[in-house]
Amino acid sequence: MITAGIDMGAKTIKVVVLRDGDIVGKGAAVAGFESRDAAEQAYSAALEEAGISQDEVEGVVATGAGRGHAPHSVRDISEVASDARGVHKLYPGARTVIDVGAEEGRAVRCNEEGKVVDFALNEKCAAGAGAFTEAMSRALEVEIEALGSMSLNSNNAIPMNAQCAVFAESEVVSLLHAKTPKEDIARAVHDAIASRIVSLARKVGFEPDVVLIGGVAHNVGFVDSLERALECKVIIPDDPEYIGAYGAALAAAEN
Amino acid sequence: MATKQIYETRPLECWGKAKEIRQQYYRDYATAHERGGLRWAGGAWTFGAIPSGLGDDVHSLTSEPYAASIAADKDFSIKCLEAAERAGYARDLCSYMRNYWGSVILNEYLGGGPFPKPDFIWQDHICCSHAKWYQVVCDHEPGIPHFCIDVAVGPAGEINDNKLDYLVGQMHDGIEWLEQVAGRTYDDGKLIEAVHNECRSTSLWAEVCELNKAVPAPLEEKTMFSLYVLGTLMKHSKVVADFYEELRDEVRDRVENRIAAIPNERCRLMSDTQPPWGFLSLFRYLESYGAISVGSLHTFGLIGVWEDRPDGSWGPRATPQQRGIAIEDRDKALRVLAEWNLHKPEWQHFYSPHLKTEMMVRIAKEWSLDGVMLHYNRGCEGLSLGIAENRLGLLDAGFPVMTFEGNMGDEREFDFSRTKTRIDTFMETLGFKQD
Repeated sequence: MITAGIDMGAKTIKVVVLRDGDIVGKGAAVAGFESRDAAEQAYSAALEEAGISQDEVEGVVATGAGRGHAPHSVRDISEVASDARGVHKLYPGARTVIDVGAEEGRAVRCNEEGKVVDFALNEKCAAGAGAFTEAMSRALEVEIEALGSMSLNSNNAIPMNAQCAVFAESEVVSLLHAKTPKEDIARAVHDAIASRIVSLARKVGFEPDVVLIGGVAHNVGFVDSLERALECKVIIPDDPEYIGAYGAALAAAEN
Repeated sequence: MATKQIYETRPLECWGKAKEIRQQYYRDYATAHERGGLRWAGGAWTFGAIPSGLGDDVHSLTSEPYAASIAADKDFSIKCLEAAERAGYARDLCSYMRNYWGSVILNEYLGGGPFPKPDFIWQDHICCSHAKWYQVVCDHEPGIPHFCIDVAVGPAGEINDNKLDYLVGQMHDGIEWLEQVAGRTYDDGKLIEAVHNECRSTSLWAEVCELNKAVPAPLEEKTMFSLYVLGTLMKHSKVVADFYEELRDEVRDRVENRIAAIPNERCRLMSDTQPPWGFLSLFRYLESYGAISVGSLHTFGLIGVWEDRPDGSWGPRATPQQRGIAIEDRDKALRVLAEWNLHKPEWQHFYSPHLKTEMMVRIAKEWSLDGVMLHYNRGCEGLSLGIAENRLGLLDAGFPVMTFEGNMGDEREFDFSRTKTRIDTFMETLGFKQD
């Protein structure tokens, strides 16, 4: 059976194609203003990688912030549901899923069947999400890819406001003017996001195994801060940003 | 979206009357002087029965429901909020208070015309904002005599004679003060009648809410908001007590005949604290899932007064008349009024969030709920106090909880589309699908 999952993320659209439950194709595109067109691009890329034509796909399920605009999908499910489904399939022992995407951070607690027991989402501000690190890397004039490894060179913990991305940015500027090393500021940024995310995880009563997914899982500085704050190791799957789409594709197969 | 019809439903027959009473209330206040009457302002929780002893031509404007009405009028609300901000008041203060202050500062009454200045202010202090609310009003409407009663003697389970004396003593002082500022002789008979009315109306409201234990529920919370408000306006009036009796009879009839509030009830929820008043369609959105909010501690206990039944369930508190307690004089009337109000459920959590959790868990069990939707209401420090503790208590008791941030009176602090997305996720985790 061939199915697909489309994760209509706020910044990036991800598509996963499954053949009998195995991933055979993936595709991604920047959402931009024309998210439906971008989704078509990502869908075509995933099908091309899988060597499958559109006619062969038996079911498509969408997830993500813009899931109402996804092409081809017969139904949609929430990000919480797709995350839980994808993670449970890969790691049946996982009880907590932390997903940090571009605009939203979320924590999900699951039971042994992968059913969602509780969930928490960040509120209005993106201070606990990927957009925050991008804003901070701009303020630091550092490439986003370098921000994570840079923070690993710091041994100084500097408290920073992460309740508001705008206030945090002005705090970064103040720290720069105070000649604070960029490594320490980078760590402060990651510690601040981790603090926000851990408060979500505590809200749902996190328990191991903890699986971290979403694009921000690629940021080694954030992962280091998160593990220190959680006081436990987190599991990061390959291609963590595709797990939502994977969960949606699994849901399509269940149909 | 078509809704699956499971139950028969129809509008409330007394709905129009509720609307009339509310409109008449605001007109009576605005026009009281034209008939030689008096106007007073105070909170919805103030001991409104007491000024009734000054005569039948004395009309009130209770501040929180007035501010909630402003909040529901988005254009006027923004004008009021911005007026309060221009006057230098912080945006994170109580949003009811800021809407009310804005209306005073602009000198615009929601019902039209200039803001009708009260002849006196009759307030009580239990919420942290109450203590400042009318102090600021007096800054902007100088010369209004102002009397406050401190209510810090709860919770209900710890009331004793000394605590009652503290409250009743202030009430006696208040009556002497009222006679001086109004230049009238106080009528104890009217006070006694108002106390009887208040006990009757608040017990009847609890009875109406109790009827919502039925499946299907005869009322949904969006409708209840428009009905409980009458108690926040003048719970001590015969008009409201009589109306609640009529409402109780109609709701009882709906239960007996299985007339539902929504046609597709499959999921029963409760909310908490005041809703974001400009976005009550949120409750209609729930209905697309067959979900109904059957009430909340807020709608049940803001004015409703309850008691434990011998079988352990929660029901309306028997009134003094039903218990055979005679109210013969002023002191007895004030003592009954004080003791009755100190049992108000929504006053208890000011003393401990655990008291509120106990009541919420009891509602979740007795009203057969599937989940709870908590509003982290940035606009009300008083009623949001301890709400995160309540969430933990409800989870411990086995009830799924969804939270959303918002503001009852400041639409700038509420994200409607994101809250709907959150409801989608919550419904999905509970296993309910849209029709």
